[in-house]
Amino acid sequence: MLVYIIRRGLQSVVVLFLMSVLVFVGVYAIGNPIDILINPQADQQDRERAIAALGLDKPLPEQYWTFFTGALHGDFGKSFVHATPAISLILERMPATLELAFAAMLIAVVFGIPLGLWAGLRPNGIAGRTIMAGSILGFSLPTFWVGLMLIMVFSVVLGWLPSNGRGPTVDLFGLIPVSFFSVDGWRHLMLPATNLALFNVALLIRLTRAGAHEALLQDYVKFARAKGLTNRRIIGVHVLRNILIPIVTVVGLQFGALIAFAIVTESVFAWPGMGKLLIDSINVLDRPVIVAYLLIIVTMFIVINLVVDVLYSALDPRVRLTESKG
Amino acid sequence: MSEPVLRVEELRTHFFTKAGVVKAVDDVSFIVNRGEVMGLVGESGSGKSMTGYSLMGLIDPPGRIVGGRILLDGIDVIKLSGEEMRQMRGNRVAMIFQDPMMTLNPVLRIDTQMIEAIVAHRKVSAGDAHAMAAAALSKVGIPSPEERLSAYPHQFSGGMRQRVAIAIALLNKPDLIIADEPTTALDVTIQGQILYEMQKLTRETGAAVIWITHDLSVVAGLADQVSVMYAGRIVEQGTAEQVLGRPRHPYTRGLLDSVPANNARGARLKQIPGMTPSLLDLPPGCPFRERCSYAQSDCARTPLMRPLTAGQSVRCHHPLA
Ligand SMILES: Nc1ncnc2c1ncn2[C@@H]1O[C@H](COP(=O)(O)OP(=O)(O)O)[C@@H](O)[C@H]1O
Ligand SMILES: [Mg+2]
Repeated sequence: MLVYIIRRGLQSVVVLFLMSVLVFVGVYAIGNPIDILINPQADQQDRERAIAALGLDKPLPEQYWTFFTGALHGDFGKSFVHATPAISLILERMPATLELAFAAMLIAVVFGIPLGLWAGLRPNGIAGRTIMAGSILGFSLPTFWVGLMLIMVFSVVLGWLPSNGRGPTVDLFGLIPVSFFSVDGWRHLMLPATNLALFNVALLIRLTRAGAHEALLQDYVKFARAKGLTNRRIIGVHVLRNILIPIVTVVGLQFGALIAFAIVTESVFAWPGMGKLLIDSINVLDRPVIVAYLLIIVTMFIVINLVVDVLYSALDPRVRLTESKG
Repeated sequence: MSEPVLRVEELRTHFFTKAGVVKAVDDVSFIVNRGEVMGLVGESGSGKSMTGYSLMGLIDPPGRIVGGRILLDGIDVIKLSGEEMRQMRGNRVAMIFQDPMMTLNPVLRIDTQMIEAIVAHRKVSAGDAHAMAAAALSKVGIPSPEERLSAYPHQFSGGMRQRVAIAIALLNKPDLIIADEPTTALDVTIQGQILYEMQKLTRETGAAVIWITHDLSVVAGLADQVSVMYAGRIVEQGTAEQVLGRPRHPYTRGLLDSVPANNARGARLKQIPGMTPSLLDLPPGCPFRERCSYAQSDCARTPLMRPLTAGQSVRCHHPLA
């Protein structure tokens, strides 16, 4: 187990390193931030002073080396635009994104698993068919369009919920600003979280249904019935415990994806999260923020993967984490 | 002899598929006496398992019991409500399946799977249930049962898993155990052990057994009565000595001839030519006639079950001498 974690850690470091090089070169290739940042009317001297201040006068490998040595000490550079450390800029926005992603995943789990179970138990019923048809919509409708529709219906036409921004926050543990303690916070959270959840509701419905359908055909279910167990116990324990294994995996991995794809939802609902920050930063080629953002996202993916693997081995007694497993 | 544990009368279980009606069990009648072993024999696909599932109320759509009676201690279980049926399953009638690698839930511990089978049928404390589970494991010959209770199925070999399944079946002291090819998936040496164990335990507990198998040699040493099944019907019935010693149905004869131990050394094993017919829209007449060397034109009429000698009956127009 320990060997396994160490191995995974080393692999992650390599991934992070390659990531940072790619992004560095990529942003460099897209364009010159100076063209965007500096007033076009500025004279040549001002220009050169600004370039030197940002370190952009040096050759790219040297710029990378500066970044790399800084990163080893936890310094990811300052935002070109805001002149504050990129990392704190991101961490400031992170709670909003995490809150949104958590809320979305909660919605996905609370609706997706029971609906999927229902559809799996009664595949030929009207409800089961309706659920499955609905899940296709959840897959195929583009997120931004659904977001706009939600705003149209619930904010504009019905006027029930606010269409943008985040509600008032309080500091959880005196540290992390969260908005879900107030009614107004919930009202703001509702639409974007639903929007972000939709794909995952559909995904969990499909996954749960397929799992339940398959589990019900297994001999162990027949044997459980032959023992005289109640349906409740067979579904709730024998079937659910088995399908929980793929569900946990997917929920875990999708959580990373939710954080990454929150970008679209955050833009539609003007949710002040990391995704919106990234879009803004890309617009002005604010390289330190882009690099730091991507490194954080990748780190999150890695940590989530590790947690999923550990959970997986806890849920499935047949799985033991070994070094040989990549 | 006292009233039999089980009396099955004209049981019919059909599957209503898109392609047509599959008469998996078609007019099956037999009796299982208290404490006796009834061997239910036939090639695969002949409807043995579906007969067993019918008795347990475990037939799933598109299948349905369409006729007959299943009298367990004189009460027709087909008429029971769903909840009454559940209370019967695993309590008065237990079932063991063919593949022990698949019948235990892979993600639940053995104690969980045993204790739930007890508390599904009676109120016992957690401690008592645990002790009963441990006792049941030791009874089927599993060493250090206390430790093994907290293990998972994958930590047991196939033979050991089947022992666990047997222990579970015996937990509530059922009157009848349906054993659906419980040794087919096991190594030959293990088969012998399991056979011996089952025989010993059922004798001790007085449970009657329906032993389903395609292997006549298994039935020989085990069964009191034998029913031979073909294409959803019972074609021959009698005591083990009668059916195995002097088979009267050409199909039974064919089955016996294809058992290796019954042949002289070096002699070629005889095989029954052809295959079991599809049970989908089976035409009338004797379903075995296509493969039967004794078949005559009147075999196109469906034969009925008829008694020949005391206790032995056969479904054939031209029974063997
Ligand atoms: N769900 C089903 N739909 C249609 N036919 C079925 C179904 N289940 C079983 N059968 C049919 O029932 C017949 C008897 O099967 P089974 O009792 O399992 O045979 P055995 O146990 O003797 O090998 C088979 O011919 C099979 O085609
Ligand atoms: Mg079978």
